[in-house]
Amino acid sequence: MLKYIGKRLLMFIPTILIISVLIFFIIQLPPGDYVTSYVAAMAAEGEIFTAEEIQELRVYYGLDDPWYIQYFDWMKGIITEGDFGFSFEHNKPVWDVIMERLPLTLAVSFVILVFQYAVSLPVGIYCANHQYSVGDYFWSFVGFVGTATPNFLLAIIIMYWIYVETGEVYLGLFSTEMLANGMRWEYVPEFLFRCLIPLIVIGTSGTCGIIRTVRAQMLDEQSRQYTLTARAKGCSEATITYKYCLRAALNPVVSGLSGSLRTIFSGSTVSAIVMNLQIQGPVLLAALKSQDMYLAGTIVMVQAILVVVGTLLSDIALAWLDPRIRFSERG
Amino acid sequence: MAFFKKKKIEKDESYYLASQWTLMWRKLKKHTLAKISMVILLILYLGAAFADFLAPYGLEEFSSLYKDTAPTKIYWSDEEGNSCAPYVYKLKKENIKGRDENGKLYMETVVTEDTSEKFYLTFFVEGCEYKIFGLIPGNIHLYGLVNEAGEVDRSARINIFGADRYGGCIFSRILFGAQVSLTVPFVSAAISFVLGILLGGVSGYFGGWIDNVIQRVIEVLSAIPSIPLWLALSAAIPPDISVSAMYLYITIILSFIGWTGLARVVRGKFISLRNEDFVMAARLAGVSDFKIIVKHMVPGFLSYLIVNLTLGIPGSILGETSMSYLGLGMKAPATSWGVLLQETERLADVAQCPWKMIPLIFVIVTVLAFNFLGDGMRDAADPYK
Repeated sequence: MLKYIGKRLLMFIPTILIISVLIFFIIQLPPGDYVTSYVAAMAAEGEIFTAEEIQELRVYYGLDDPWYIQYFDWMKGIITEGDFGFSFEHNKPVWDVIMERLPLTLAVSFVILVFQYAVSLPVGIYCANHQYSVGDYFWSFVGFVGTATPNFLLAIIIMYWIYVETGEVYLGLFSTEMLANGMRWEYVPEFLFRCLIPLIVIGTSGTCGIIRTVRAQMLDEQSRQYTLTARAKGCSEATITYKYCLRAALNPVVSGLSGSLRTIFSGSTVSAIVMNLQIQGPVLLAALKSQDMYLAGTIVMVQAILVVVGTLLSDIALAWLDPRIRFSERG
Repeated sequence: MAFFKKKKIEKDESYYLASQWTLMWRKLKKHTLAKISMVILLILYLGAAFADFLAPYGLEEFSSLYKDTAPTKIYWSDEEGNSCAPYVYKLKKENIKGRDENGKLYMETVVTEDTSEKFYLTFFVEGCEYKIFGLIPGNIHLYGLVNEAGEVDRSARINIFGADRYGGCIFSRILFGAQVSLTVPFVSAAISFVLGILLGGVSGYFGGWIDNVIQRVIEVLSAIPSIPLWLALSAAIPPDISVSAMYLYITIILSFIGWTGLARVVRGKFISLRNEDFVMAARLAGVSDFKIIVKHMVPGFLSYLIVNLTLGIPGSILGETSMSYLGLGMKAPATSWGVLLQETERLADVAQCPWKMIPLIFVIVTVLAFNFLGDGMRDAADPYK
């Protein structure tokens, strides 16, 4: 087991390095750089820069070098000093800009992940145990529509619906009063309600996907020989469901962990822009548009690293859950 | 008796002799949801193909008088309540002057119906010139308005789904938007298909270091969350390029990300097939590697791939929609469903003009239809069912 984890950890570093090169390259792709987009913006306001000044700015920001040299400088900063570069737009180090929103981003993602599993596992098990019941049909239908309905469109619908019902606009996680007065106990119910909307919007598709997987897997396991044996020996239904079938059925659910994380990040980016959430999606979009490359690069990097870590964790969990994987790796 | 027996044998024979595709088709036809989805998709694609004819107004036709107006009200009966040919009124601007409860003078401009003249709803009316598929010229539109004298009158407009912020007909724009939103995923799916088969095939067939390299590339690409990647790539599109070049860029971006899943599936299939006797036989007979892949191995799991592809199409529809929605894809005057949805960006706009959410229904219906169709195809392609 330890050897397996060690091997996986070793693979982790080159993967991250390759991802960082790719991300940096993609973010470098747009013609021009931050200086040109800044100069263009200033020109619109009447401030004209001379060609020498532009060149000077470029050299100052280190944008004059070819992209791979910029990449090595960036990487060197990260590895030796933990310096992720400088955000031109926010005029402070990238790390500071990210830390403003990273805790909330992580919290939102984590809560959604927990919500997904907390809802979908019991529902999936219920549907499998009560196949073809009204509840099963209901959840299967919800599951199907939920996986198919795009996140950010769902956000628009839900926000419109809440507006029609209550006449209030729920944008973002904090109301203007909360931001003005700081957090107080009386705001907690409203805050929780505000949290519920992104939870449903971003979590629905993943939840529905897991419900469908768990249901199919459980049904599969219940028709196996070992279930029949257990039942013949007089095991209780609870033991059969939770101790035997569920453990085997969890396999694809666990391996889907990194996929879930990916969907959460993908889904939350656009939904956050729609719902005006104070997480990283909107910052990323703004950074990409103004070619604030170190900021954009670092945000995408952080998300990618989290996904890779998720994959790693799910692989380890799989090996722990399913002895066959451990043994095949050893052999 | 003998007759029935013969009939049964014939039926058996037609079953055993049926090709894989015929069997799939038969099973698919039994899947109700998949059948309904197919009909819906057919209607949507026909709508996109003949958009010029079906839409009452062209892309460039808008009227500032009509901006943000609700769906045009169609009257089915005249003033006395007798039913008559359907007609509409045109809109007019009116300046209202009045005093509010505090006695303050106020003035506002409201757009109201001008009930002095009726405009009759008629089929096959002359409108702007177009060329269907860029080939067949015409100027007849499916429906339009004529005045009481029976002449085409451009001053009145009929917007059955309301008007957008420039006063364009949302129904027409949905049809034109479908030309982009419904074809981009297909073209990019086709590119992903070729890339996936080629790279997955090479990876699975040859194995060794090539396999390793391609697998790492797939791993890396699929570790990056897709929408940030789309955003990053589409931010790389130069801003002032022609509509067709934009279209090309978007399809390339979508297929660039879409191929990895398919390549993984293809690789798995190749690994399990490459040691089969028929592949060995072909190799011994001196068939080239390329021909073995394309002629002998791919047909063996093509149906599976097509199912996979169908299930992947909703993803690229959403990709295009979200890119355009965020202003990184298609830009006005060109249109797509994402561009239309940009008008829902501010909740206040949506609350005042709920008809701007109509394009949303089209996106969701299309995505659902592709999902149901893909699901039905998956069942049909499964030989154990």
